[in-house]
Amino acid sequence: MATLWRFTLFLCMLLMACGGLSLASKEAKTRSSQTETGTHNTTEEGGHGAGPITTLPIVTWKWDHISVQYLVALWVLVCWLCKLLIEANHNVTNYIPESALLICSGFILGGMIWGADKVQTFSLNPTVFFYFLLPQIILDSGYHMPNKLFFTNLGAILIHAVIGTCWNAASLGLSLWGCHMGGAMGDLDIGLLQYLLFGSLMAAVDPVAVLAVFDQVHVNEVLFIIVFGESLLNDGVTVVLFNVFDAFVSLGGGRINAAEIIKGIVSFFVVAFGGSLVGIAFGILISLLTRCTKNIQIIEPGFIFVMGYLSYLTAEMLSLSAILSTTFCGVLCQKYVRANMDESSVQTVKYAMKVFANGSETIIFVFLGISAIDKVIWVWNTGFILLTVFFVFVYRFIGVFFLQWILNRYRLVPVELMDMVIMSYGGLRGAVAYGLAVLLDEKKIKEKNLMICTTLIVVYFTVILQGITMKPLVMWLKVKRAAVAEVSLLEKITNKMFNHTLVAIEDISGQIGDNYFRSKWRHFEEKWMTPFLMKPSARKKQDDVFDVFHQLNLKDAMEYVTEGERRGSLEFVRNDSAILDFKKKLESEYTEAMPDIPPYMIHDDGNLILIAPLEIYLIRKLADHIPSVSLEMHEQTMKAMREPEAVDVHHLLDQHLYKSRKQYRHGFSRSDFKINRDEKEVQEIFQRTMRNRLESFKSAKMGVSPPKTLVKYSKKEQAVTDSCNGREKGHPKYGHLRCSTHLPFQRVKQLGKSWFKGR
Amino acid sequence: MGSSSSISSAHLLRLYDRFESLDRDNRGCLSPDDFEALGGLAMNPIGGRIMEAFFSSGQDTVDFSSFVRILAHFRPTDRNRNKEGAQQELPSSRTRKLKFAFQLYDMDRDGKISREELLQVLRAMLGLQVTEEQLQSIAERAIQEADLDKDDAISFDEFKKSLEKTDIDTKMSVSFLK
Repeated sequence: MATLWRFTLFLCMLLMACGGLSLASKEAKTRSSQTETGTHNTTEEGGHGAGPITTLPIVTWKWDHISVQYLVALWVLVCWLCKLLIEANHNVTNYIPESALLICSGFILGGMIWGADKVQTFSLNPTVFFYFLLPQIILDSGYHMPNKLFFTNLGAILIHAVIGTCWNAASLGLSLWGCHMGGAMGDLDIGLLQYLLFGSLMAAVDPVAVLAVFDQVHVNEVLFIIVFGESLLNDGVTVVLFNVFDAFVSLGGGRINAAEIIKGIVSFFVVAFGGSLVGIAFGILISLLTRCTKNIQIIEPGFIFVMGYLSYLTAEMLSLSAILSTTFCGVLCQKYVRANMDESSVQTVKYAMKVFANGSETIIFVFLGISAIDKVIWVWNTGFILLTVFFVFVYRFIGVFFLQWILNRYRLVPVELMDMVIMSYGGLRGAVAYGLAVLLDEKKIKEKNLMICTTLIVVYFTVILQGITMKPLVMWLKVKRAAVAEVSLLEKITNKMFNHTLVAIEDISGQIGDNYFRSKWRHFEEKWMTPFLMKPSARKKQDDVFDVFHQLNLKDAMEYVTEGERRGSLEFVRNDSAILDFKKKLESEYTEAMPDIPPYMIHDDGNLILIAPLEIYLIRKLADHIPSVSLEMHEQTMKAMREPEAVDVHHLLDQHLYKSRKQYRHGFSRSDFKINRDEKEVQEIFQRTMRNRLESFKSAKMGVSPPKTLVKYSKKEQAVTDSCNGREKGHPKYGHLRCSTHLPFQRVKQLGKSWFKGR
Repeated sequence: MGSSSSISSAHLLRLYDRFESLDRDNRGCLSPDDFEALGGLAMNPIGGRIMEAFFSSGQDTVDFSSFVRILAHFRPTDRNRNKEGAQQELPSSRTRKLKFAFQLYDMDRDGKISREELLQVLRAMLGLQVTEEQLQSIAERAIQEADLDKDDAISFDEFKKSLEKTDIDTKMSVSFLK
C-alpha cells in the first residue's frame, strides 16, 4: 500500500516537474532568441535576462545559467529514484530483472514528457552514452574481472568474440538482403552494403545487458565468463566492422576492391591489438602511480578513475577499440593497485566504482525506454523488424553451438549442452547497438529511422523478454549454478599443491600444456613485473594461502570481540573458564608453536594474573593510537618481567594478528584526516575504564563486589594519572598492571568492526 | 595394464617414447637419477615428493607399467560418457586422485597427515614469502579446520571431506592423457 502511494506521489511530482521543465525550456528558448535579437548593450550589463532592468532585482530567475547542469542532475536523480522504486519490492525483482523494469519506467517517463511537450526532448544521445555513461561500466568490469577464470577461458572467449560476431554480422546482413531481394520487405531503399552495416551493428552482444541479466541468475562461473568476456571483447570486432562498412557505404559499392578489403582485415588487427596495448600501457601507468602515492592517500582512489577514463578516451582518439582498452587497463592494474594502495583507498575505489557503474547502467536503461516514445523515429515495416528479430535469435544459437562444439574437443572440461543453450540465449543486445544505430548518417542511409526502431525492438526483445525468461529457463534446464565458495585453508594449500603437481607431471611426461605456460607466466610476473609495479612493502604479503589465513584470523578476532561484548567485558576476568575457553581457541594457536612459553602473566602482589595474549596484543596496538603513556608502561612491564620469551611472544603476535585500524574523527579539513589528538580526552577515557576494570579484577579476586557508582575524577587526579610515567602511585609493578591490563572493549569492537567490514 | 588405466594406444606409444628418452642408461626402468635430470622437476617445490610417488612400493626403479599407472591418475574423468552408465566409475576415480594427493602429503605412509608433514609441504611451497612462525600457525589452523576427530592429524576421510567442494577432476587432470 505504502509503495503504491509513494508511486503515485512520485508520478505527480514527475508530471509537474516535466511540465515545469518543458515550460522552462520553452522560456529559455524564447528568452535566448530575445537576447539575440534584443539589444546587446543592455544584456551586457544585466547578464542573461530580458531587456534592460529598471530597478534592483532582489531575486532573479536564472534558469539559463544552469539549465544544462540542472537538467543533467535532475535526470540522474529521476533515474535513480526509478531504481529506488523498483527495488522497493523484492518480489517483483525476483521474476522480472531490474533492467526490464527500468526500461518500462523509461516508457512511462517518456510518455509523460511526450504528453507535456508533444516532442521527445530527451533521448539517449550517443555522445553522452559513449563518453559519459559507458566508460565507467567497462572500467568496473575490467577492475573486478576474475582474472584467473578469464585467462583460463581466453581461447573460448576470443573465438566466440571474433568469429562469432563476424558470423552474426555476416549472416544477419546477408539473410536480410536475401529476404529483401525475395520481396519480403516491400519497398525499401537499402543496398547490400547497408544491410551488412546494419548486421554489424546488430551483431554485438552487449556487456551492459549481459551483466544486468546474468547478475540476478547466478549461473556457473565458466558459463558466465565466456558470455561476459565475449561481450567485452567483441567490441574490437564491432568497431572495426562498423567503421569498415560505414566507410564502404560512403565509398559506394563500385570502389570496393581487394585492396580495401585487405585494409579492412588489417584494420581489425590494428584496432584490436592497438586498443589492448593502450589499455595495458595505462594499466602499467596506474600501477606505477599507485606505487608512489603514499603521501596523498586522500586522493589516491581518484587516480584510478581518471586514468581509466583517459585510457578510454585515448583509444577513442586513436580510433582504436575503447572498450578493449579500458577492459585491459582494469584487468592489468587490479592486482597491483590492490597491493599498493592503502586498505581504505582500495575500499573507496571498489565502492565508488560500483556506484558509478550501477548508476550509469540505471540511466542507460531508463533512457533506452524514454527514447522509444518518439513519433519521429517510428517507421514500421513488419517484414524487416520481425525477420531481424528472428534471424538475430536463430543465428546466435547456430553460431554458439557450432563454435563451442569445435572448442569442446580441445577443452579439458567440455561445456555442457545446457550451458550452450544458455550461452546462446544470453546473447543480449543492448544500448551499444542502439548508440551505433543513432550514429548512422541519414544522408547515406535513407532508412535510418527504420533501423533505429528495429534496433530498439531487438533490444527490448532481448532485455525484457529474454531477461524475464532467463531465470526460469536456467532452472528448468538444471544448469549448474554458481557455487558459494567458503574457503578453507586446507583447500587453498591443496590447490596450490595441485598446481605444482600438474606442472611436474607435464614435465615428466614431456608435454607442454596449459600449466607449463601458466607457471612460466607466473615466474615472469614474479621476477619482472611485481618488482617493477608493486611497492616493496606490499610484495612480501603476496600469497593466496597467506591471504586466507589473514582473513580467518580476522574472523577470529571479531568473534573474540563479540563474545566479549556479549558476556560483558568483565566476565572474562571474573570467570576463569571463560578465559580458558578462549585460551583454547586462540592462545593454543599461538603458544602451541612454542609450547614452553606460558600465557602472558603479570605478577600482582605475588599472585599470577592470567591475561590472554590476544588482549595484550590488542592493548599494544591500541597503544599505537593512544599517546605514548601506556605504551611506555607496557614496555617497562615487559622489562620488569625479565622473560626473554615474552619478547618472542610479542613478536609472534605482532606478525600473526591483524593490524587494527585507525579510528578517525574527521575534522573539517579536506586535506587531512587527523586522528583525534586531544590527549587529555583520550587519556581520561583510557584511564577511567582501566581503573574500573582493575577494581572489578581486584574485587573478583578478593570476593568483593565492584563499586557500582561512577567515580568522577577531578582535574587534579587526572593530572596525576597523566603522569603515570612517574609511577607515583602504588606498587611499581602494580602501577604497571593498572596501565597495561586494560582492554577498552568499546574501542576494540569499533576498531574490529570497521576493519572487518572493510574486509 | 590396459584394464586399470585404459589409456588409448596412441597415448601409450607417446608415453613409451618418453619413457625411453628418460631412461638414459637403457635399463628398461627409471631410477631417481633419471628423474632428477629433468630440470623443471628439480625447480618444482614438491618435485621430490612427486618423484617419491613413482617409487611407491619401496623399490628404487620404475618400470613402464608403474610409470603409466601413476600418470593415469591424471586422466580427466570422462564425464559425458559415464553419465548414464557406470556412475560408480566417477567416485572411484575421484577417490583415486584424492588418494594420490593424500600420499603427496603423507610421506611416511601412516595414513595420516601430521602437523609436521603439513609444515614440510607448506615450507616447500611458501617458504620464501612467509616466516616460520606464520607457517606454523597456518599449519596449525589448517589442521584445526579439517581435523574432526581431534587427533591432531588429518586422516584420509577428513581430507576427502574438506575437499568435497573442490573440483578435483579439473584440478588434477592433464588434457593430453584423455
